[in-house]
Amino acid sequence: MSTPVQDEPDVTDVYAAAARETTEGRVYTVTGGDWDTIDPDADEERIVINMGPQHPSTHGVLRLVLELEGETVTQARTVIGYLHTGIEKNLEYRNWTQGVTFVTRMDYLSPIFNEAGYCLGVEKLLGIEVPERATTIRVLCMELNRVASHLVWLATGGMELGALTAMTNGFRERELILDVLETITGLRMNHAFVRPGGVAQDLPPGAVEKIRELLEVLQQRLPTYDDLLTGNPIWQRRLQGVAHLDLQGCLALGVTGPILRSAGLAWDLRKVEPYCGYETYDFDVPTETTADAWGRYRVRMAEMWESLKIIEQALDRLQPGPVMVQDRKVGWPAQLALGSDGLGNSLDHVKKIMGTSMEALIHHFKLVTEGFRVPAGQVYSAIENPRGELGMHIVSDGGTRPYRVHVRDPGFVNLQAASAMCEGSLIADAIAAVASIDPVMGGVDR
Amino acid sequence: MTEQLPDAVRSTGGPTPEGNTPGAVDTGVGADSRTTSDMFGAAFGGDTSGFGRLVRQTPSGLSTPRPYGGWFDDAVDALTEAYPAYADVVTRVVVAHGELTLHVLPARTAEVLQVLRDDPNLRFELLSSLSGVDYPSQAERLHVAYHLTSMTYRRRLRVETAVSVESPHVASVLAVYPTADAHERETWDMFGVVFDGHPALTRILMPDDWEGHPQRKDYPLGGVPVEYKGAQIPPPDERRAYA
Repeated sequence: MSTPVQDEPDVTDVYAAAARETTEGRVYTVTGGDWDTIDPDADEERIVINMGPQHPSTHGVLRLVLELEGETVTQARTVIGYLHTGIEKNLEYRNWTQGVTFVTRMDYLSPIFNEAGYCLGVEKLLGIEVPERATTIRVLCMELNRVASHLVWLATGGMELGALTAMTNGFRERELILDVLETITGLRMNHAFVRPGGVAQDLPPGAVEKIRELLEVLQQRLPTYDDLLTGNPIWQRRLQGVAHLDLQGCLALGVTGPILRSAGLAWDLRKVEPYCGYETYDFDVPTETTADAWGRYRVRMAEMWESLKIIEQALDRLQPGPVMVQDRKVGWPAQLALGSDGLGNSLDHVKKIMGTSMEALIHHFKLVTEGFRVPAGQVYSAIENPRGELGMHIVSDGGTRPYRVHVRDPGFVNLQAASAMCEGSLIADAIAAVASIDPVMGGVDR
Repeated sequence: MTEQLPDAVRSTGGPTPEGNTPGAVDTGVGADSRTTSDMFGAAFGGDTSGFGRLVRQTPSGLSTPRPYGGWFDDAVDALTEAYPAYADVVTRVVVAHGELTLHVLPARTAEVLQVLRDDPNLRFELLSSLSGVDYPSQAERLHVAYHLTSMTYRRRLRVETAVSVESPHVASVLAVYPTADAHERETWDMFGVVFDGHPALTRILMPDDWEGHPQRKDYPLGGVPVEYKGAQIPPPDERRAYA
């Protein structure tokens, strides 16, 4: 067919596809319409389209370059870097404690994990052991964060597949968790709460009760997702058999986390390489064998229940005690207290350092302005974050600042599997594939 | 760009008191021994806390003597047996902070990793991470660190190699671990290490037409001075700081 030619040159169709010639051929900017009317002379069905970086179904600023044959994806490439903020470079110009403030902003849906992974690495270099209570609070916060992260995955993944109720409900429950994290840390996100040597401050009064209330609510709400989605035939057909990646493929591509567990391997660093005392908690590692988006959905749903179990156990074993190492050369000296104008140094502490102890004042001054020194060396510390293995390669030259920190973000690595999952499938399934990977671009690009 | 060298490099020229720190071990970092100069660069005196007079020596270029302890000996033995060229390729074995590091020649990384992956006594199935570190004080200043995980034995191992800026060629391990694709691109992007054998070594985080490699130590952090209540706050890399 051919397009009718506009006779009057002064009447321009503002919605017509703009075209320009490039070395790669003619490139159109399409805002809708039928392909036949845009380029009637196209002699092939092969189309290369750019999806993203601004697209509601690409999980933030991910750009997918898809080569299509009709509706079938023949090649898929991911283009990242749109959210690169140079966090690793910035860390080299701040002291070790300030580093927490940076790493927490990488994977912004699991900030506590970034902080904990970083601090475990720094503590390994320092050769220090954090107090029991601090470790328990870390576990508590990490598992709360894991549930919140999985809920966001369910919410955004559901939205991308058209299940809008999953989105509103998921964000609703996630907000309840963020409220609790705000009670504990002072902020909904970007907490900077876990510090080398422990945590910034103890649980505030009433936090334990608040978490218990939250657990009750979540135990009632989580089954409603099953009611809403698991038996839903549309949901099933969008996920089952879609974005298949078997165990061999996972290992070759370095994929970890729920994707690996959906392929049948119960590889969870909390079990196989316990840190923060996870070996003393009673929980299971859910797995599936379908190796598809459906399996990943089931794994994440089951993991939320396991996290709730861990949170309950952590609450039961909270004993009074310090939340920061007692080594005055490392532990942040300021005793924080809630004042009339917000959180700040406690007046008792200020009175002590200003009035009675010059040594304490010197310590405070040196630790706050200079920071502590970390013995030279390098370590790799890995923890299981909601997306897989979060690794921190931390190098110290013996100074007060990190010499180099490299973050192995699971999203960065797992995203490589997108091509393997998309190619050969329908373009609609590419959305399900990327959603099932659950990349967070803040972590991917760092 | 030598004016931009970080503090760590500048401070290495300082005086070194007699005698090393007792029991100084090679940390495997390769950073040179350094004397700290505290009190915002004051050459002497003034520091009453005792923090500033610490001198740490990190002799580099040495292997950790045997026994390494734990499973490290078994793993190194297994590698020696399975890999005939071990003595030529593995230049140093360093155990520090409870981690084992094998330093290998840059042209042979793929070979070593292939053996580490396939040998039944080693079985490092997963390449967890691959990244670079820049040590401007060394001739072969660009280091590449591979973090391997054995799921079978639940062990972790680091393989490290070093190249110079003039000839930054490392053998690509893409054929051994396909997951290295994005990692090697990132290391090229950030450090300018060329991975020979990588089919499409392009930038991944920075724009395609970017110049320079941002994670190198002589690449400036950048930033602009900020005014706050009338005072000028210089950008982070120009603020005065402890070494």
